Amino acid sequence: MTLLIEESAASTQEKAHKVRGKVRLREHLMGWLFVGPFAIVFLALLIAPLAYAFYLSLWQKKLIGGTSFVFLGNYVKAFTDPTFLSGAWFVIRFSLVAIPLQIVIALAMALILDAVTSLFTRFSRLMIFLPYAIPTVIGAVMWGFLYSKSFGPLTDIFGLFGATAPDFFSSNLIFYGLINVVTWQWAGYYMIILYAALQGIDPTLYEAARMDGAGKWQIALRIKIPLIAPALLLILVFSLIGTLQFFNEPQILRYLAAGTISPGFTPNMYAYQQAFGLANFNYGSAISFALGGIVFVCVYAFLFFTRKRRSFF
Amino acid sequence: MKTKRLIVTAAMLAAASALAACAPDAGGGANTAGGSAAPANDAGGNNASNCTNTISKKDLPVVTFWGWYPNMQLVVDNFNKQNNEVQVCWTNVGQGGDEYDKFQTAISAGSGAPDVIMIEADRIPTFQIQKALVDIKQYGYDAVKDNYGTGAWKDVSIGGAVYGVPVDGGPMAMIYRKDVFDKYKVTPPKTWAEYEQAAQKVKDAGGPLFGDLGANVPAVLMALQIQKGASPFAYDPAKPEMIGIKLNDQASKDVLDYWGSLAKKGLVGTQDQFTPEYIAGVVNGKYATYISAAWAPGYLTGAGVGKGEDTGKWAVAPLPQWDPGNPVQVNWGGSAFSVTSQAKNPELAAKVAYGLYADDESLTDGWTNQIIFPLNLKALNSPEFVDLKVNFFDGQQANKEVYVPAANAYKGMTYAPFGQYYFDAMTKQVSAIIQGSVTGAQAADRLQEDVVGYAKEQGFTVQ
Repeated sequence: MTLLIEESAASTQEKAHKVRGKVRLREHLMGWLFVGPFAIVFLALLIAPLAYAFYLSLWQKKLIGGTSFVFLGNYVKAFTDPTFLSGAWFVIRFSLVAIPLQIVIALAMALILDAVTSLFTRFSRLMIFLPYAIPTVIGAVMWGFLYSKSFGPLTDIFGLFGATAPDFFSSNLIFYGLINVVTWQWAGYYMIILYAALQGIDPTLYEAARMDGAGKWQIALRIKIPLIAPALLLILVFSLIGTLQFFNEPQILRYLAAGTISPGFTPNMYAYQQAFGLANFNYGSAISFALGGIVFVCVYAFLFFTRKRRSFF
Repeated sequence: MKTKRLIVTAAMLAAASALAACAPDAGGGANTAGGSAAPANDAGGNNASNCTNTISKKDLPVVTFWGWYPNMQLVVDNFNKQNNEVQVCWTNVGQGGDEYDKFQTAISAGSGAPDVIMIEADRIPTFQIQKALVDIKQYGYDAVKDNYGTGAWKDVSIGGAVYGVPVDGGPMAMIYRKDVFDKYKVTPPKTWAEYEQAAQKVKDAGGPLFGDLGANVPAVLMALQIQKGASPFAYDPAKPEMIGIKLNDQASKDVLDYWGSLAKKGLVGTQDQFTPEYIAGVVNGKYATYISAAWAPGYLTGAGVGKGEDTGKWAVAPLPQWDPGNPVQVNWGGSAFSVTSQAKNPELAAKVAYGLYADDESLTDGWTNQIIFPLNLKALNSPEFVDLKVNFFDGQQANKEVYVPAANAYKGMTYAPFGQYYFDAMTKQVSAIIQGSVTGAQAADRLQEDVVGYAKEQGFTVQ
């Protein structure tokens, strides 16, 4: 401002021009000021570590012979590494089963809670949501004990019918054991999102539908589900990303079943083992980025296919 | 526009300097021995402000220490009380693998490791090859040399250098349920053939499982392979780039096949060990024997085994042999105190490594509670220790009858310089044996291929 006063000698036209320039500059500065806090955190805590990890992934450190630049060598190794590939295949299979299961359960519960109004609705909503409020680690430990042959109820329940309880820690059943834990934990959370979306629908639509003779089923299928399709898509993408990065539950259950859950059970666990168990931060970083690539491809493919089919809704 | 560019440039500079700060040093080594590189606010193991123990002599220099013995608090307090030169700041960062992961990360990061660390003897080459441990021979080895046997020193030495002070050993033996053996009229097997026969006999009579093949205890299988004559690794510290790997010789295959067939016949369980599930099985008498080391009774007691109505149900016999005429004793676990290359004052740290758990009071507490099988000859040769009537074994003189002879006959082993990878790979193969997808011999071949591949990738020349 002092500058402006000092410049009073200048012609008015020039002055006006300058003022406009100053204002624009100040707007820019204000803009950056607002973006600044986010930008700094974003750069320091996301972009910088990512860039550093990518930088690391281009090097190789050997016990004998030290560090050398290998460019994309670690990626070539990752995509020919049977441990990484089997881990990646596991999380993809896991996603294909776990995600539809969770979404169907969440959608069914949300529709029921939306349609039925009774004293139990609020209570049920809370109870279904509760598993999400339990920390993953505690949830995993809890299921670890529930699956246990010595402490768990399975032995007793199956014993009543004279059958042997399934061992969810065996390599044949661990897949289903984990599906159960994940579904238990996340279905309630997705249910809340879908329920909130259902609550946002204008009730006059139902009235109009009923006047046209639509029953409860038809309202659910032809009005409710199409209208919450964006929310469905959102949780599908979230759950796809989350499931492909599967880590917590198997890492915890590893303490109970190290033989079944190998260190390379999922790509994220493999990256963790490489980095922190074997001090191979370079290959660990490469695996993380390779997994990132797989996640990107899967999400992109998913969005591509749903874009085409959205006309169904 | 200029401002925008300026800010963008500033942001990029900031990001670049953040990157530079993280970049690894060109040497790639973690060797900061004696250096003052560690910043004062270092939140890792070098930070002496968050000790588990309370240091009363506050004006003395402090050495940081990681360890997990159950009576660590008492041992550290004893040391601090008796020492007027240095004080120990102790933290328990986890047992075994958990601690090694943290140490490994600290090595890679170049800071965050403690001055002194408890590690099992089989991990010493793994860390030594990364130059993470200090040779402490010059810092007072001669003064304590005679306190330990030659075998004990051999396990912590590489070439002429000493990378740790032995504390406890793990001579292996067969712990068994006396009540089960009496009920099914079997006597402690002296050979592995007899072990299988006894297992079959107990099974045929409807008894419990005879033992357990745990995929997560590869060190046991390695020891049992060595017992039969395998020598998995050959390694000369003078030529660190050369390594001999023999994981699929006949002895190694035989031992894996033996355990695989026991598991297949349902004679032994296939439960991971050190899990609540396994301990519950042990408490409930689900396993007639436990092939384990001398420190096991202490851990089992701590986990609640052999208490209450189970008191005195356990006994111990020497490890079954392949050739009873030519018995071989092996070792599982057993730890040492090593000085890390991040120690601010290696000489002071070595004093701690040599002195900690070496006083009579701590040693006596350790062996009376069966927390350690002492390697310190003061304890190992003391009549109180040798003649001890062990409560867990119903008054049996376990040390005299089993463990001391086993320890004396133990000749030492050569461990892998990449122990973590080898054990992980072994766990994977044992797991495959348990599933029945491979035989023991096939598993040994795959293990060989896997580990040789890793060694080559790490730059070793495999002989």
